Amino acid sequence: MIDPASSAAAQGFCACHVCGLVVPMHNEESPARCPRCNTTLRFRKPDSMMRCWALLIAAYLFYLPANLLTMMETGTLISYRKDTILSGIIHLWNNGNPGIAVIVFIASIMVPIFKLIVLTLLLLSVRRGSRWGLKHRIQLYRIVEMVGRWSMLDIYVLTILAALVQIQSMATVKAGTGSIFFGAVVVLTMFAAMEFDPRMMWDSLREKESV
Amino acid sequence: MKNDERPLIACPQCDLLMREIPLPSKGAACCCRCGATLYRNLPDSLNRSLAFSISSAILFIIVNSFPLLGINLQGNANAVTLLQAVQSLWDQGMHLVSSLTFITAIFVPALEMGLMLYLLVPIRIGLVPPGVSPIMRLLQIIKPWGMVEVFMLGILVSLVKLVQDFRIIPGVALWSFVGLTVMLAAVASSFNPRDIWAHLDKDNDGKID
Ligand SMILES: [Zn+2]
Ligand SMILES: [Zn+2]
Repeated sequence: MIDPASSAAAQGFCACHVCGLVVPMHNEESPARCPRCNTTLRFRKPDSMMRCWALLIAAYLFYLPANLLTMMETGTLISYRKDTILSGIIHLWNNGNPGIAVIVFIASIMVPIFKLIVLTLLLLSVRRGSRWGLKHRIQLYRIVEMVGRWSMLDIYVLTILAALVQIQSMATVKAGTGSIFFGAVVVLTMFAAMEFDPRMMWDSLREKESV
Repeated sequence: MKNDERPLIACPQCDLLMREIPLPSKGAACCCRCGATLYRNLPDSLNRSLAFSISSAILFIIVNSFPLLGINLQGNANAVTLLQAVQSLWDQGMHLVSSLTFITAIFVPALEMGLMLYLLVPIRIGLVPPGVSPIMRLLQIIKPWGMVEVFMLGILVSLVKLVQDFRIIPGVALWSFVGLTVMLAAVASSFNPRDIWAHLDKDNDGKID
């Protein structure tokens, strides 16, 4: 019989993270392998907290230069401008594209901030063994996983514009150094979200039982 | 089958241990603690994902063979394919940004389609290709890095930005790219990894019913 309110790990079972097969694992001495797909079985992602913190801190460090340095340089015969992410959005807004400005604002400003804050809060809550609002926290985690990729929007727009707008001296677009940091923030936060193991949040319930 | 004989399943997001339940066609089983989708019953999933994979592979080849967009300013024109765009950014010294676009918009989608065809074509004709497990693992790892639908939005935003100053010449690849985005979404929603594992189990010992 299985306990309908308890985790697999608490009952000595480990689910294969590739094929999903549930394997009994009562002794933890050597890493066992999944009998179906030969993947190394682990109760939780190894060093999840530490890796996630490391990636997150690196993302925080890159966040400021990503937002302060030039993202895109635009030159025409009569004008020349350097835009950061935010000034680019304001320029779009003022030039009759408020809809697109909002989309870029959400993808480039809101999503990265949201990811950084939510992952930090989730890590802190796991560290404290908090049992509060598990259902809300798992939903926050799912949103982070889902929206993270959309931050790549600005990188793609930059790639297309910088490649296409190269018409002698009449019109040129160049990518700025800010884009390197911005790309790094997107990639680092995506890796951080992947390293985070949401099952750790629910392990706080298990600790309560064993006391 | 009695309740106690059904296979065990652990929720990937909260690790709750449960027993599998039979599902109606197109049904989905959810975790009763955190609500995560555990598995789905997708009718005819192997055939559908194969058909969608083949269509997306064809569209992908078209996308990469023709210019995506062209612009025209007072008679001076410029047009680029997807790969040329990546190449141009690389030549401008933006190696990281260029690699990021190459990996997420070209390499990973291509690899994903290739692996899907490698898995599904032999299974469709009743064979099991070697290395199913590492390929399933690889598919799982690369999945978040294929961002064709985000690139599609990137094209739209670029169009809006360009249309003020230039005459736009939409390329053949642009329309194919819309199709590719739709087809890849169809592959993702029709592919059911459980069917692959079930197929393997059947092949290995014939015990699975
Ligand atoms: Zn396995
Ligand atoms: Zn769950």
